[in-house]
Amino acid sequence: MPVLESRRMTKEVTSPDGRLTIIDDVSLVIRAGESVAIVGPSGSGKSTLLALLAGLDVPTRGEVRLEDRPFSVLDEDGRARARAGRVGFVFQSFHLVPSMTAEENVRLPLELAGVVEAPERAMAALAAVGLLGRARHRARQLSGGEQQRVALARAFVGRPALLFADEPTGNLDTASGEQVADLLFDLNRSAGTTLILVTHEQSLAARCDRTLALIAGRLADDSGCG
Amino acid sequence: MTRVLPSLSRLWRTLWRGDLAVLIAAIAVAMAASTTVSLFTNRLHGAIRNESATVLAADLRLESGRNAESLDAAEQQAQQRQLRTARLTSFTSVVHAGDQGQLATVIATEAGYPLRGTLRTATIPYGPSHATNVLPGLGEAYVDPRLASRLGVSVGSLLRIGATQLRVVEILADRPDRGSGYAEVAPAVLMRGADLAASGLLGPASRATYTLLVAGEPARVDPFLAWLKLHKSAAERLVGVGEASAQLGSAADRAARFLNLAAVTTMLLASIALAMAARRHASQRRDEVALLKCLGATRRVVLLRFSSEMGAAALVGAGIGALIGYCAQSGLAALAHVFTGVAELPAPSATPIIWGVVMSLVMTAGFGLPPVIELTRVPPARVLREDLAARPLPLLVPAALAVATMLVILYLAVRDARLMVSAAIVLSVITGVYVLAGIGLVRLLARLRSDAGTPWRFGVAALARRPAQSVAQLVAFGLGMTILLLLGVVRGDLLEEWRRAVPADAPNHFLINIAPQERDSVEDFFKARQVVVEFAPWVRARLRAVNGTPMAQRMPKSDRGRAFAEREQNLSFRRTLPADNQIVEGHWWPVSGLGAAQVSVATEFRDELDLHLGDRLEFDVAGESVDATLASVRKVRWDGFRPNFFLLFSPGVLDGNVSSYLAAAHLEARVRPDLAEFNRRFPTVTVLDIDGLLTTVRGLVDRAADAVTYVFAFTLLAGLVVLAAAIRATADERRYEGALLRAFGASRRQVLLGAALEFATLGVLAGLVAATAAAAISAFVAAYWLGLPWHLQGLLWLFGPIAGLLGVGGAGLLGTWRMGLIPPFRVLQAS
Ligand SMILES: Nc1ncnc2c1ncn2[C@@H]1O[C@H](COP(=O)(O)OP(=O)(O)OP(=O)(O)O)[C@@H](O)[C@H]1O
Ligand SMILES: [Mg+2]
Repeated sequence: MPVLESRRMTKEVTSPDGRLTIIDDVSLVIRAGESVAIVGPSGSGKSTLLALLAGLDVPTRGEVRLEDRPFSVLDEDGRARARAGRVGFVFQSFHLVPSMTAEENVRLPLELAGVVEAPERAMAALAAVGLLGRARHRARQLSGGEQQRVALARAFVGRPALLFADEPTGNLDTASGEQVADLLFDLNRSAGTTLILVTHEQSLAARCDRTLALIAGRLADDSGCG
Repeated sequence: MTRVLPSLSRLWRTLWRGDLAVLIAAIAVAMAASTTVSLFTNRLHGAIRNESATVLAADLRLESGRNAESLDAAEQQAQQRQLRTARLTSFTSVVHAGDQGQLATVIATEAGYPLRGTLRTATIPYGPSHATNVLPGLGEAYVDPRLASRLGVSVGSLLRIGATQLRVVEILADRPDRGSGYAEVAPAVLMRGADLAASGLLGPASRATYTLLVAGEPARVDPFLAWLKLHKSAAERLVGVGEASAQLGSAADRAARFLNLAAVTTMLLASIALAMAARRHASQRRDEVALLKCLGATRRVVLLRFSSEMGAAALVGAGIGALIGYCAQSGLAALAHVFTGVAELPAPSATPIIWGVVMSLVMTAGFGLPPVIELTRVPPARVLREDLAARPLPLLVPAALAVATMLVILYLAVRDARLMVSAAIVLSVITGVYVLAGIGLVRLLARLRSDAGTPWRFGVAALARRPAQSVAQLVAFGLGMTILLLLGVVRGDLLEEWRRAVPADAPNHFLINIAPQERDSVEDFFKARQVVVEFAPWVRARLRAVNGTPMAQRMPKSDRGRAFAEREQNLSFRRTLPADNQIVEGHWWPVSGLGAAQVSVATEFRDELDLHLGDRLEFDVAGESVDATLASVRKVRWDGFRPNFFLLFSPGVLDGNVSSYLAAAHLEARVRPDLAEFNRRFPTVTVLDIDGLLTTVRGLVDRAADAVTYVFAFTLLAGLVVLAAAIRATADERRYEGALLRAFGASRRQVLLGAALEFATLGVLAGLVAATAAAAISAFVAAYWLGLPWHLQGLLWLFGPIAGLLGVGGAGLLGTWRMGLIPPFRVLQAS
């Protein structure tokens, strides 16, 4: 059963040099539980595609469907509500809230989804990434690798159906990058989450079930509906 | 709600971080200023009310010339309203002792009198006196020392009043309502109302005045006063505290006005700081909002989360401010008590604090909400692309909201729609001038940019690189300095004026009812004691007609106007213009004298009777008709504690009609014992000692001056908060640029110098414009709001730019200093 589906999705932006097509007629289907890597050269539109699939932005033409319901036609608040409790994120630049402790950062999605036992679950999630000892530390007191592990805990704590990750190891050195990648796939496997991962690292892409190659906003022929 | 609002502990932590702390400081200063001012002026007015009530022996007096019964309805009404009441009957009669007879004011009263103030009695005339609350018993009387010495009676003697005999049991040294008006001439006898019937003096033809005294809490007295004004008959005269305390009131009023001005300006300054802090606070939370939206937060959730955060900051700020304000004003009030012997100021009420909190929330909403609303418009995709910004609100929205908020603040403070509108216009014009100056500066610098030294290029050119922020900073610095300079100038004028109003050698004794033939001997009496006495001739006259139209045909509507038109006026004549009078229309007559009779009137008189220069006023002076042309209109300062007159004649017209002289003198303590002898030598002259009143006034004025200084300090603090907020506004960019420059080899000194130059440029420009604006506005404030003379202060143009250079430049340098210490790689890494 498809969790996420895009139909003839196109994204155009207006730039100083006129109209620019960033995503060009992309149709794809992602099934529940699979892990998909989106690869491609810099500037090919990977992050844009991810934003469209996650409903952070809307396509100029075409549509996105989430769990077989129209998604991209909803307004911003509607898409946010559809994401709440169902979608997790990991970003290249971590995006922890600097004024919050690690535990508070992890608890955030639970709070927004109105989960009652938020604190306990947040601590459990931190334990899962091996950072129980850092629960009370502020985000900026942690190293890059630790921050990304907190972000992983935050992504998985709500047991999301879908996890979007944009270059989760892009800002990390090899060792901590590997540690984060291992955690990502471990958690993904045990939670049964659908994973959509943007990366330019072959090793990371290779660990996914499927790879979509994006070139200048178009999917390479073989990837599509897989 | 849990999903919407941040947890309390987190909220508490967030509050003390950077920009919210600035926001809290801004609110706290605004709140401190406004509560200090309103609590203190509240209590000051209360104190003045009490002090004035003493002069009436009550909070209000209702006088009737008809009979005692006509006051019954009012008395019942007062008692129903849980007010205290007392009755007085007074009339002039000849009082006998043995074969001696003397004219006296007989005052008959019952228990309760005086409702305010105290009686003082002595055992021998002019002997040591003590306060008492015991009235004479049945068949007993207290007599004024003058009457006692004239009749040759002492304690124990018998007095005959009409058909009854009373025993003198005390000498009446003082009673609180002795000095209400200069008109009372005959010395008093105080007796019981129950003895009055036996005297047989109160026939239908008697000319007694029946008085009802009323006192109570202000909250009960005021509605009663309103009721009385509606229900009293035209024949009854109402004397309220307001009328009795014109002198005290006007000094306090001016203080209150200045304090309000200071409080408003503090709030305006705080608003500027608040607006900048809120804006920066919001801009720093954009990433967080994008993240929250990713995780499923709707715009409503974002709005609630961040506005509750700001609301909490406002409440914390208001709480701190209220506490500071309360302490400041109780400190002031305690000082007032200790140093002046003013009866303790009445307790402050809670309303100012409630209003202050409301005002804080209004301010926060007005200036803090637009940035929060912009936050809700941050696109969630910002988590992936840093450069995605929120669609800004149309500029009109925050501008309109800011103007509306300013108007509300101004209105709450001045409660005067016209004043509010003019203040708003002035503010807008100044803001406009600063915006234009800012744009001009940015353009100019953009051109100069290439050919200058390094620090100059780094620092000053930075102003041109961030045009919008530079203009905003200039507006903030400029408005802040304008307000501070304005307040500084006005405060100086005000304090100066106060010192002049009640100088140390102001007359503290009035001598009333000096017969024309006594005048020279009175002067000699004091000359012998090196005391200078100022005499004013007193002529009683009634205005009969204006330009031939009898007054009956042009009777004014207001009570005061009718009093001017109907009653006999005490007027005077003199060669020179009194020092505390100011001609506002026409000309004072030449000192050399002139032929035709001229008259000069006070502005109040002109306004009530609708007179114009050149009008021919016809007076009835002791049955004789005297014509005079209206030559000038004077603005009289009634709070100067000098004899002043609504009507002044040119000399040479009324010389033959002087009924008595009024004299004013400053008597030092060493001369005062001689007053007993003065009274024996001039028994018909009434000596009015206003030294106590003057001390009270000086005390209150000093306290008000302290309050002015306190509040000015709050305004300065608000200025500092603005400075901090404005410097923080560009801190992020400057930190990043500074690190980059240093990474490329600029020395720390060059970076710091650049920043200092940048702020110094803004400061000097802001100071120059501020000096001009402050000079212009202070002229208006002085003339139209505080009624002060104004003079141009050239030093402003020196002081303004220097203050800008040192203040803004120095603070900018200080603010940059800290960030200059951070190694460049850390800054670049963190971004
Ligand atoms: N809102 C926008 N306005 C203008 N150009 C845009 C916008 N969004 C994306 N682009 C452009 O579209 C192209 C694709 O951007 P995107 O960030 O999706 O690339 P990417 O594949 O993620 O690259 P990288 O691997 O470097 O992260 C880039 O050239 C980018 O500059
Ligand atoms: Mg990308």
